[in-house]
Amino acid sequence: MKTIVAKEEIAPQTYRYVIRHPKLARKRQAGQFVILRMHEGGERVPLTIVDSDPEAGTVTLIFQAVGHSTQELAELGVGDKLLDLAGPLGKPTHIENYGTVCVIGGGYGTAPVLPIATVFKQAGNRMFGIIGARTRDLVILEKELGEICDDLRVATDDGSYGVKGFVTDVLAQLLAEGNKIDFVLAVGPTPMMRAVSVLTKEEGIPCMVSLNPLMIDGTGMCGGCRVEVDGQTKFACVDGPEFDGHLVNYHLLMKRQGAYKHEENMALSVGSHCKIGLDD
Amino acid sequence: MPEAPTRASRQSMPEQAPADRITNFNEVPLGYSTGQALTEASRCLQCKKMPCVAGCPVAVDIPGFIALVKAGDFAAAARKIKETNCLPAVCGRVCPQESQCEALCVLGKKGESVAIGRLERFVADFEREGNLAEKPTVSVPTGRRVAIVGSGPAGLTAAADLARLGHEAHIFEALHEMGGVLVYGIPEFRLPKRILKSEVEALQDLGVTLHTSTVIGKLDTIEDLMTEEGFDAVFVGTGAGLPTFMGIPGENLLGVYSANEFLTRSNLMRAYDFGRTDTPIAHGQRAMVVGGGNVAMDSARTARRLGAQKIILSYRRSREEMPARAEETHHAEEEGIEFHLLTAPVEFRGDENSRLRAALLQKMELGAPDDSGRRRPVPIEGSEYEEPIDVVVIAVGAGANPLISSTTPGLEVNRKGYIVTDEETGATRGDRRHQPPRRLRWRRHSHRLRHGNRGHGRRPEGGGGNGQVSEGGVTSPPGPR
Repeated sequence: MKTIVAKEEIAPQTYRYVIRHPKLARKRQAGQFVILRMHEGGERVPLTIVDSDPEAGTVTLIFQAVGHSTQELAELGVGDKLLDLAGPLGKPTHIENYGTVCVIGGGYGTAPVLPIATVFKQAGNRMFGIIGARTRDLVILEKELGEICDDLRVATDDGSYGVKGFVTDVLAQLLAEGNKIDFVLAVGPTPMMRAVSVLTKEEGIPCMVSLNPLMIDGTGMCGGCRVEVDGQTKFACVDGPEFDGHLVNYHLLMKRQGAYKHEENMALSVGSHCKIGLDD
Repeated sequence: MPEAPTRASRQSMPEQAPADRITNFNEVPLGYSTGQALTEASRCLQCKKMPCVAGCPVAVDIPGFIALVKAGDFAAAARKIKETNCLPAVCGRVCPQESQCEALCVLGKKGESVAIGRLERFVADFEREGNLAEKPTVSVPTGRRVAIVGSGPAGLTAAADLARLGHEAHIFEALHEMGGVLVYGIPEFRLPKRILKSEVEALQDLGVTLHTSTVIGKLDTIEDLMTEEGFDAVFVGTGAGLPTFMGIPGENLLGVYSANEFLTRSNLMRAYDFGRTDTPIAHGQRAMVVGGGNVAMDSARTARRLGAQKIILSYRRSREEMPARAEETHHAEEEGIEFHLLTAPVEFRGDENSRLRAALLQKMELGAPDDSGRRRPVPIEGSEYEEPIDVVVIAVGAGANPLISSTTPGLEVNRKGYIVTDEETGATRGDRRHQPPRRLRWRRHSHRLRHGNRGHGRRPEGGGGNGQVSEGGVTSPPGPR
């Protein structure tokens, strides 16, 4: 249980872990996430479940080593065991045959898109896909999403691969080509989700986004992950993580995501900080 | 020997001095010395009617254990308590004795009641520190399995009682540590984690199996537990794990915390030790806590230890109505918490970065009593004033977390989301309303589980003893009386 059985660096600083947890593998649904901890004193780190193999009893997680805790996670290897792994958390994705669905992933936000795209495809939707990344090296899961999507396009900020520009440029292009899109799902950096929400609202296309505010317990107990949707306070961990993109207060979300920037920088600059005196 | 048999006065508790304790998270009360314990025990009248026992939710034989303290057999006193209470070191610290056992003490009618809680703590600590606990006896295995959802006081107590009766008890806890509110809510300076840990470990000696990071309602539903996992019964002791916000403007600004979040960061995640631990918390300069209960006091005292220079406690009624234990209110005042009584925030104001910078407080006056019997606070129009603050903790109560009710088809809940149970048996789908608990009060129910009661409940087959876990059913603790 909770042992890492496979590890792969799928892009610079971006890792795919396969972790043994048979019941979680059996019970999880698309759109749900886990919270893990690596050591005593460690943070509770929420990560979306990207895939599972009920027969092998494993779940797949993908993360980018961007913060203190994810950097520590990246230091683990095959055979290492997580201290805690709780899940599946959050509401599963609402699945429906909308007709044509476009899934959009930005950066490592492309990872949570994969399981959702899989179930939308299974529900009979015609699938468009857009992957956005800063540069070619950071494009992930192109092959996997390519197998699901009838039409998959890539945009890079620097034009090193696919279209030069943002995912919204590609979405606008798809619509300009006369494609009728009935539903959009976008996961990625908050400014990207906001941009996609603005465009889809203008075009009158329903749009869901998966939010990742700071979170602690993941069971609705603390309210730290609250977001504003349609003027109402919601807890991303139990009411989400997916919400109607047209109704999300992105300004507040971004501010709340940055609440501990100072502390996070402190932890990063200290690096593998002193753990003398801790229990383990 | 002095010839005058004058009764000794209630022994005061040695404590860390306020100036020292606000610089650390160590426990504030230091515990009785042996001499103090003997003196305090000698005050007990050993009443035949034992009114104090009636005030104890788990009916500890209070005169019995105090007689053993008086005789100097502290380990036997601890064993006496443990006959009905598996958490004496915890309860000796955080039970509201002044409104339970001690409130009914005959001595209290004319003077000061016996310090029952302090004696309970003394003998529990004596037993633990001396490593004197004896291996508990359990009944012959019944072959019955019970799942307990939640590892707070209710779940821990139910597990101990069920295990003693010979049932196979499993506790499922959503968080990564056992203890529920005892670990995420109550600060280290009131209940050191090592003491809780020791009492939880004692459950394992009884044969209780502990499952942390297991979210019932998600990984397994109640129904899964009864079908796939083969449990004969489920006890729901999930507490009041839903934060209450006030619904006023500015509540989502940076620096606004629910008490659950603030305390969870500091206690469960040990944010006060940031640098050696990884979870941050805002260290305000000017903090405000909203509420007048124990959680509010815990939050204010935590903010003090995190370094806030000024801490305001805003409570909408007067001091008389404050629900916090007198001891906690006293501790908070000693630590320099400023009480702004008869005030309530009506708005939180932020700067251009959405960081909290001030609260708008409105003054109140007391009107006629409301449903709770307390005088209702009535806002005074035009009395608003701005108070500069950079952290606020909202500690105005908690509600029922819907994780179980929303994933258990057919489970009846009341208007507030609490599970409806049968008053006698605690079985679900009765007509009893739940309210947020006062620690031990929830545990009253497990006492009934153990001792059975007049009628209704069905006994586990092959059961040793008279357990009251409803067969093939779900039980849940009732609310306080």
